Amino acid sequence: MQLTEYLREQKAEKKILLMTHLVLGYPSFEVNREVIRQMVDNGVDLIEMQIPFSEPMADGPVILKANQAAIENGAKVRDCLDLAAEITAAHPIPFLFMTYYNILFKYGVAKFFRKAAAIGIRGFIVPDLPPEEGEEFLALAKEYGIAPIMIYAPTSTEKRMRELAKPGDGFIYCVARRGVTGRKTEFDRDFGDYMARCRRATDLPLAVGFGIGSRQDVDSLIGQADIAVIGTKTIRLVDEQGPAAVGPFIAGLR
Amino acid sequence: MDKKGYYGQWGGAFIPEVLYETFRELGRAFEEARSDPDFWPEYLRLMSSYSCRPTPLTHAANLSDHFGGAGIYIKREDLNHTGAHKANNVMGQGLLVKRMGKKRVIAETGAGQHGVATATMAAKFGFACTIYMGEEDVARQRPNVFWMEKLGATVIPVTSGSRTLKDAINEAFRDWVTSMDDTHYVMGTVCGPHPFPEMVAWFQSIIGREARRQILAAHGRLPARVFACVGGGSNAMGIFQGFLDDPEVELIGVEAGGHGIETGQHAARLAGDDGSAGVAQGYKTMFLQDSDGQMRDTHSVAAGLDYVGVSPILSDLWEKKRVRFTAATDREVMAALELTMRKEGIIPALESAHAFVQAFKEAPAMSRGEALIINMSGRGDKDIFTIADAFKDPSWKQFIIDKGRQYAAD
Repeated sequence: MQLTEYLREQKAEKKILLMTHLVLGYPSFEVNREVIRQMVDNGVDLIEMQIPFSEPMADGPVILKANQAAIENGAKVRDCLDLAAEITAAHPIPFLFMTYYNILFKYGVAKFFRKAAAIGIRGFIVPDLPPEEGEEFLALAKEYGIAPIMIYAPTSTEKRMRELAKPGDGFIYCVARRGVTGRKTEFDRDFGDYMARCRRATDLPLAVGFGIGSRQDVDSLIGQADIAVIGTKTIRLVDEQGPAAVGPFIAGLR
Repeated sequence: MDKKGYYGQWGGAFIPEVLYETFRELGRAFEEARSDPDFWPEYLRLMSSYSCRPTPLTHAANLSDHFGGAGIYIKREDLNHTGAHKANNVMGQGLLVKRMGKKRVIAETGAGQHGVATATMAAKFGFACTIYMGEEDVARQRPNVFWMEKLGATVIPVTSGSRTLKDAINEAFRDWVTSMDDTHYVMGTVCGPHPFPEMVAWFQSIIGREARRQILAAHGRLPARVFACVGGGSNAMGIFQGFLDDPEVELIGVEAGGHGIETGQHAARLAGDDGSAGVAQGYKTMFLQDSDGQMRDTHSVAAGLDYVGVSPILSDLWEKKRVRFTAATDREVMAALELTMRKEGIIPALESAHAFVQAFKEAPAMSRGEALIINMSGRGDKDIFTIADAFKDPSWKQFIIDKGRQYAAD
């Protein structure tokens, strides 16, 4: 089943879907396994697994540190792919890869798609690859049936959003505000206008990420977005309280 | 959707969506400025009245005699205001910022020269200014940090990654994705996403335009070779552009050989075999990275050359074999620096001294009738702590000890 259809089916039963995020190899692959188990057991609808990169330009301090620590701990791309294969086999929900383009480029973009398809990865989020630079990437995404997740930002015009929607599949990742990951987002009137603009530009499900970390945040997205994305918050939680804290936190989000 | 800003297979604009409109606006402002017949003359007026353009081309008679080969000429970018070629780019971008109506500028800096130049420009034009600088560079370029702060800039030490230039660039981008409405990112070199390489190269072309005229006046014909150090590559692109269309002029880029290419502790992306194609910091070029695509730590005595990437324009000229690349080690750099000071009374920056190393290697085998130009990208005063360390200068050491005691007693 295509990712978009899966999301629509899930959305028919729930007010809002949850996508969570983690950095592979941080703090360790062992903890990754436990965190993912807790996330799945507590009902998240899909998970983005970030393959660490040394220059994560769009990420804030917490995820930046997680990327660098994972690499320093010796996490190789190969190890991340191995873990991903194990995870997708063990859990029934869709998994996506999030990473920066150089990871694909160095691996070989076609080879990376082949590998990801074999593992059963359902989508890619690559924040430093605009469609203008992604000709090969987009063609391969189509060929392998892996959804290329396009990104909207509050600075995107409606015209730009319509252009981005064309090659997009799966869902659209709407960056909730300017800036990098990890800081609080205000869900004010400007935000509502932005979401309305996103909704007009595409029929694809809308995910909202950046700065979402509480039930209140998730509630405020109901009716405006299809998917709430929890990123930095769970990394902080694992840092501070260990992986066992993730399950109760997720369970309390909706 | 069109694909712009490529030099052969290198360059591009690998930017997060949040900056898409900002880059469009910047590209538009740059195109308008470039096609405005009044813009370049306005830029020249600024550079001749606020800085010291045209900078001289000095005939280094003593060095020429010493090596007994080609006549050695030095393009004196050290005589620019703020002491390096960085001012050429920064003042040009300052004029663009005025045209775009923005009120704040941010910049990354390695050696601190670009930071000082940006802080200077911001003071003159009345912009707020924040400079991102790797913690390691803050430590080794303290005098420049002092001047940036005195000029009114906020200097933010970057503690992530290798704590050098690339990390400062990442942090500047992280600022920009929040602040783009009123803020311009003054990229310091011919790297980063389009249109930065093209724009910075355009402003720096002032070096090559002058140098071409000056060498023809002084020497009667074109030089046989032109040498420039290459970090990001802005001073090299600046002077090379004066001679790119003259196939008889050989262009040589000199990278940081650090402790020696064979040690792995260097910043040679194009000289040697350690660099490979990659995409990071918004552009595609040759990077020093591992087989996974993670950027490696680089090393150079010169903070301004200590960088994992290189201009996409230079990667293209390297691939097309128009520019030859070599590397100079830290040790060779100190020797060339000492010789230049003693023979000519000129103190090149550690970065610039890399170009001197290679020119000195090649000059003796060239004929007396030939000329070579070394682009002296900046002056060495800023490096006084590093240079004094390298020379293990005893009286300087004593001075610092005494000064430390004096401050401790305050």
